Amino acid sequence: MSLLDKHGIIERNATLLLIGSLVVVSIGGIVEIAPLFYLENTIEKVDGMRPYSPLELAGRNIYIREGCYTCHSQMIRPFRDEVERYGHYSLAAESMYDRSFQWGSKRTGPDLARVGDRYSNEWHVEHLTEPRSVVPESIMPSYSFLKTAPLKVANVTADLEANALLGVPYSEEMIASAKADLAGQADPEADTSGIEERYPKAKLGDFDGDPTVVSEMDALIAYLQMLGTLVDFSTYDEAAGYR
Amino acid sequence: MKYAFETIAVGIGAFLALLGVAFAKDDLFAAHMWVLFFVLLAGTVLLMRRINFAAPATQTADDKSGYLDGVVRYGVIATTIWGIVGFLVGVIVALQLAYPDLNIEPWFNFGRMRPLHTSAVVFAFGGNALIATSFYVVQRTCRARLFGGDLAWFVFWGYQLFIVMAATGYLLGITQSREYAEPEWYVDLWLTIVWVAYLVTFMGTLLKRKEPHIYVANWFYLAFIITIAMLHVVNNLAVPVSFLGSKSYSAFAGVQDALTQWWYGHNAVGFFLTAGFLGMMYYFIPKQANRPVYSYRLSIIHFWSLIFLYIWAGPHHLHYTALPDWAQTLGMVFSIMLWMPSWGGMINGLMTLSGAWDKIRTDPIIRMMVIAVAFYGMSTFEGPMMSIKAVNSLSHYTDWTIGHVHSGALGWVGMITFGAIYYLTPRLWNRRRLYSMRLVNWHFWLATLGIVVYAAVLWVAGIQQGLMWREYNDQGFLVYSFAESVAAMYPYYVLRAIGGMMYLAGGIIMGWNVLMTIRGHERNEAPIPGVAPVMQPAE
Repeated sequence: MSLLDKHGIIERNATLLLIGSLVVVSIGGIVEIAPLFYLENTIEKVDGMRPYSPLELAGRNIYIREGCYTCHSQMIRPFRDEVERYGHYSLAAESMYDRSFQWGSKRTGPDLARVGDRYSNEWHVEHLTEPRSVVPESIMPSYSFLKTAPLKVANVTADLEANALLGVPYSEEMIASAKADLAGQADPEADTSGIEERYPKAKLGDFDGDPTVVSEMDALIAYLQMLGTLVDFSTYDEAAGYR
Repeated sequence: MKYAFETIAVGIGAFLALLGVAFAKDDLFAAHMWVLFFVLLAGTVLLMRRINFAAPATQTADDKSGYLDGVVRYGVIATTIWGIVGFLVGVIVALQLAYPDLNIEPWFNFGRMRPLHTSAVVFAFGGNALIATSFYVVQRTCRARLFGGDLAWFVFWGYQLFIVMAATGYLLGITQSREYAEPEWYVDLWLTIVWVAYLVTFMGTLLKRKEPHIYVANWFYLAFIITIAMLHVVNNLAVPVSFLGSKSYSAFAGVQDALTQWWYGHNAVGFFLTAGFLGMMYYFIPKQANRPVYSYRLSIIHFWSLIFLYIWAGPHHLHYTALPDWAQTLGMVFSIMLWMPSWGGMINGLMTLSGAWDKIRTDPIIRMMVIAVAFYGMSTFEGPMMSIKAVNSLSHYTDWTIGHVHSGALGWVGMITFGAIYYLTPRLWNRRRLYSMRLVNWHFWLATLGIVVYAAVLWVAGIQQGLMWREYNDQGFLVYSFAESVAAMYPYYVLRAIGGMMYLAGGIIMGWNVLMTIRGHERNEAPIPGVAPVMQPAE
């Protein structure tokens, strides 16, 4: 009796079929995903990574809400043309606090992994309001409503706490001052020394050209302007990071 | 009192939704709960109109003895309607890429419409097709009524509620940004409940079957249901910011999150759009062709190897990313191996027509099923090829990927579903035949040509895009700015929208044909083909 003939046993027992299928489909995921959580070289050792500031996090949530990931990747591959076009190839460390990740799968528009510091705030406002006024070939939708929508974050402390619960290193001080930091980062009048200390390299001041209100546009640009700017590549060891 | 319990349950649900509005922590959650409230309120009103105060004894005994086909009838109608909706949104987003002024901010911008399109076709059209056909097939092949009484109805209506909540959520801006798993945590929890009910209904029916053997179609349906349950639960693990808020943060971050998502994402293709539809193939092709399945042994080998190998293929979505190389390579190797069981399934489907190939000429429904399997074979060759890292370095991030997905989704998933709908409609409504076979023929050609236009255009577009991005001149400078590659896509985006419109037109013709069949009309028309072939004596 060959092995295939024994298959009749499974065909007559629905429970066996169910359990057998579940076991067979579990293996691949366990072998591929589980090691990523304990292999230490999965995420490179870098200097400069920090959690998102409250305003950047709010901007990131707008980026997610609008589905920007459907057209923009945030993952530069290690090819000559991509590195020359967008900058240093992306490291795993650079998205270590990204819940969910925003690597994307399609470039209808360009990669945004290192869009930070590439354009002025004014350019971003103009581009998000009327994309074809600065890039005539663009097919991006207009997002002018972001400028008139005041930024409403229900409870930014809870946002930071949820992330901290999952292991993002938000300190108690960061959580305690989250609400003030959210308003302060886009306010040119505010004392921002605390924000700078807690979130090094955070972009400060008004972003959308209207310093009187913190708009959704402020938050989104604060996020875009810091993308890919955190890691200090002068101290990064390429050879050690390769895996 | 029939429907009394259901009415009360839905009414309480509506009230809870209203409480959700009142105590919502953020505006989006409040808006979403308003949607839920009005949907459930409408449901309550409809149910109240149907409450029957007569004693249950008036129900005849044989109501419960036969197959439960009412839910399958509703499923066929839902599949047809959601299909047309999904194709229509697809045409709209395709046109938005060619003519960006068609974006209406904020609710109808591309970024919110695109998940609406993908979920409408994958989960609303495909999901309803799977639920309806699996309920039909499992009853026939087990010779048993669906397990769990009205549980099947809960699965059907619960699933429609999931679709409505997911779709309205996207337009409002409620999304996890995980492709094909965009709905937020509370909608995910609801789908989990519905899916467990689906598993219980299906598994319960298998357990009470009167046939000693479980038919091969049911293996695929069962593997699809249990695997989707596993993928859905793991990929959507998240911590909500508030119990009454729409936002959550993923349990995983960065690289681990990426692989978990594409482990899910690729197997949404592998199990939702492949294994489940193979179940459909294994029932409806033999039935329509009136021939047995080609090879029993091949179906065993192809079943176990397909479900084992598919789950490994996720990393090919992350080639050359920050995912460690070993995982990428593993994903590539298994993706290439996956070619074999996929073609095993294709061969088993096509060869089932042995001795009945002439039916391709006379039966447009068989023709639809055959072209479905042919597209299945084509896209399961193209997929492993694109998973090779060298090929992927060119194809990834381009429209080639979109073309590949559509040759699978429109060609395989769409066509086999259309075939099943045309098979089911006359039988479920006790009609002698379909309203019109000529219209099926029109649908076949519109859909097939639509796919050919769509896929061919996006091959050219994707390869051109990839080549433009990496084009260097003699001095060693990049030749094209990114914006130039966008501008170059314009003619392809227009042509692709035309391909999509042809496919949509076919879907509308099907809707008309199904509607007229249900209403009992028969179109007076010449059969296909007109003349029978004349026998020639052997020489």
